[in-house]
Order: sequence, then structure tokens, then C-alpha cells
Amino acid sequence: MALDKPYQDVPGTLIFDAEQSRKGYWLNQFCMSLMKAENRARFKADERAYLDEWAMTEEQKQAVLARDLNWCMRTGGNIYFLAKIGATDGKSFQQMAGSMTGMTEEEYRNMMVSGGRRIEGNRYLGEDGDAQAHRQPQGSAGKKESN
Amino acid sequence: MARITASVFTSHVPAIGAAMDLGKTQEDYWKPLFAGYDFSKQWMKDNKPDVVFLVYNDHATAFSLEMIPTFAIGTAAEFQPADEGWGPRPVPKVIGHPELASHIAQSVIQQDFDLTIVNKMDVDHGLTVPLSLMCGELDPKKDAWPCPVIPFAVNVVQYPVPSGQRCFALGQAIRKAVESFDEDLNVHIWGTGGMSHQLQGARAGLINREWDNNWLDLMINDPEACAKVPHIDYVREAGSEGIELVMWLIARGAMSDVNNGRVTGPLPKVRHRFYHVPASNTAVGHAILENA
Repeated sequence: MALDKPYQDVPGTLIFDAEQSRKGYWLNQFCMSLMKAENRARFKADERAYLDEWAMTEEQKQAVLARDLNWCMRTGGNIYFLAKIGATDGKSFQQMAGSMTGMTEEEYRNMMVSGGRRIEGNRYLGEDGDAQAHRQPQGSAGKKESN
Repeated sequence: MARITASVFTSHVPAIGAAMDLGKTQEDYWKPLFAGYDFSKQWMKDNKPDVVFLVYNDHATAFSLEMIPTFAIGTAAEFQPADEGWGPRPVPKVIGHPELASHIAQSVIQQDFDLTIVNKMDVDHGLTVPLSLMCGELDPKKDAWPCPVIPFAVNVVQYPVPSGQRCFALGQAIRKAVESFDEDLNVHIWGTGGMSHQLQGARAGLINREWDNNWLDLMINDPEACAKVPHIDYVREAGSEGIELVMWLIARGAMSDVNNGRVTGPLPKVRHRFYHVPASNTAVGHAILENA
């Protein structure tokens, strides 16, 4: 019988449930390892070699190397675990969250200072808010990349 | 006997801790936020509890994917501030209350809530930021938090997380447990996390001021109805990380107006209420309630 997952129709949102957690087990455990200073140093010295010590999928490794947090999440990553990669890179939570929107750091910060992202149009898939798939990427950082 | 006399509700944004640790509280960005806690710091001094029962969530710090308990009570004598990747916060270590904590564990499990008993656990910003907001800056070596703290960690990271209804009922069980402890102790219960925020995906940065304030009204004035708000409403309206708000219902359920799941007594007095956007990615909510 199908499980009850009412959160699948929220735009721009991936819920870290038991299924995602199973998929992302090694990716997230790799992230946990970065809480130790010596592991951070080893990872930074040779990222690929360090990743190869973990039973992650090749796609998960590519997503980490690309620092593409949305991609990491699709492969089972959870933002609180992925934040350890950001900490290793010297990034704040705001920089990490912003990087997932296609906005520059300044654009994202300005949005927050002006009261944050609005809920209107962003409750259900198929509405017209700025988090909907057809309106990505949102900022000049993403637009630069896709050019 | 021990009694719960008040509840404190506050967001626990890590950037708030960083702003305090780096001496940025008087910068324009942070000033209005910290001003909202001036009353609270004085209140904390004037109403010093003997023990704080602090409901929070671990953020992939003490609990990795090896295991994540739904409800975990810290029964240790002390808890160290964790290194979350940026180095540990320069704050005093947290002194526990092993006797009361193990008494609560025994009683609450007998009331059918399956707690995990934790004797070794570092505590992250979820626990230390509320303490800093309520007690101000303290020297990690020379100073101490004003009283022992019982950490109570709730899983809100890996779905499904406990429902608001379950948390509300748990609060009532915790109150019963506290009231069956013989020593005369004044206990405060704190619910932390929230309010609206989303840290992931194209919808990152979501803030819903109207929903937050309506929810806060409901939590204070009609907690029975508030407990019935389903998960999906938090996710949709307050963002994927806004789900942390279910933890506030544990503290609210422990107030004396609630009996057998119903509000039967006089509502608590609202001593303070504050709301501010933003702190980093998050809407900050705060309230102090005292039993009538």
C-alpha cells in the first residue's frame, strides 16, 4: 500500500523522509566525518581521494565535487548534514541556502532583509510563485551559469 | 514537590549565537533582534528557575544517520557545547540534573512515551542559542549558566517527525512527571526552534509572517486546536524547517491550564511576546508564559 506523503506537491522543496535517508546514508555519513578537523584537512587536500573512501554513488560524489546542494539533496542528502561541507568551505548557512536558489549572495541577503521569500504562489506545484520550476533560476548567479 | 511555573518559547538560529560570540549584537542588522530579548534577560534574573527543561532538536551533531531517536532525554551530569564544524561555541558547559532527568524518564516512559535515555551527548546551537538569548553573553570558563538544564532532543530532521498532537500530549506527561518529584524545585520548560524558515531548494528563504503570528496566537490561546495542525501545514506554510515549531507544543502542553488534553484551567499569563524578521534565513518568534 502506498505511504502517505502529502508533502510532494510543495514547490522547490524536498522532504528528507525515511526513503531519502536510506538513499543518502553514506553521503550524509561522509558529511558527518567533516566535523573532525583532521578529516576536513584530508578532504581539502584531495577531495576525490577522500570521497572514494566512502560507499557513495558516483553521482553523489559528483554532486559534492560540484558543490551543487540541490543535486546532493536529490541523491539523498539532508541540509543539516550537507552544512558540514559548507562549514569546511567556510560558508555560512545563509550562503548555503542562497546557493540553492540561483541568486547571488547579495540578492539572497537582500530578499531576507526585505522580509524573506513570499508564500503567495509558492504553496502548491503549478502556481506562479518565484520558487516554481518554470521560474528557475531566480537570480543572476544562476543565469550566468546557464549562459 | 517540583513544579513547572513558566514556559519560554524561542527560535534557535545558529547565526544568533555567532553574532553574540563575535560581538555583533549592536550592529544595525542584529540590534532590533537582541532588543526583543532585553525584557527576557531581566525576567530570567527576576524569576530564576532551579532547573530548565529545554526542548530542542539536534542538527546532525550528536545524532548522525547511525541513529536518530524521536525523543531523547539527557540524563548526564554535564554536556559539552558541540563543534558543529565551525569550532565549539565559546559558552559555559551545560550542567545537567541527572536525578530529575532520570525521574522524568522513568515516569514519562510509564505514561507510554518511549524516550531514549542519553548519557553522553554534546549539545549544539539548538540548545545553547536559547540559553544565550535568555542569559546573555557568558565567559566559557569563568561564568556558568544560571541553573542546571535537562536537554530534551526531538527528531525534526528525518521525516516523519512526531505530530503536534503527540508533542502536546508529551508535555502533559512531562508535567505529571515533574510534579511527582519530591524535591521542591521551580522548573521552567522551554520550547525552541522555528518560526517560518526553509533552508533548502528553490523555495529557500521562505518567510510567512501572517501564518507565524496566527499560529502563535493559537498556541497561546487555543493550544488544543494548535496541536491539531497537521505536519503538511507547517511544511507548506512555514517552510520545510518550520516544522521545528511542533517542539513548542511540548512546552505549551506542560502548562497548568491543560488537563487530559483539554484546556480546563485559566490560560497562562503572557509576560512577553516578540517577532522579528530576519535572522539569517529565519523568522524569529519568542514568548514567555507564566502559569495563572
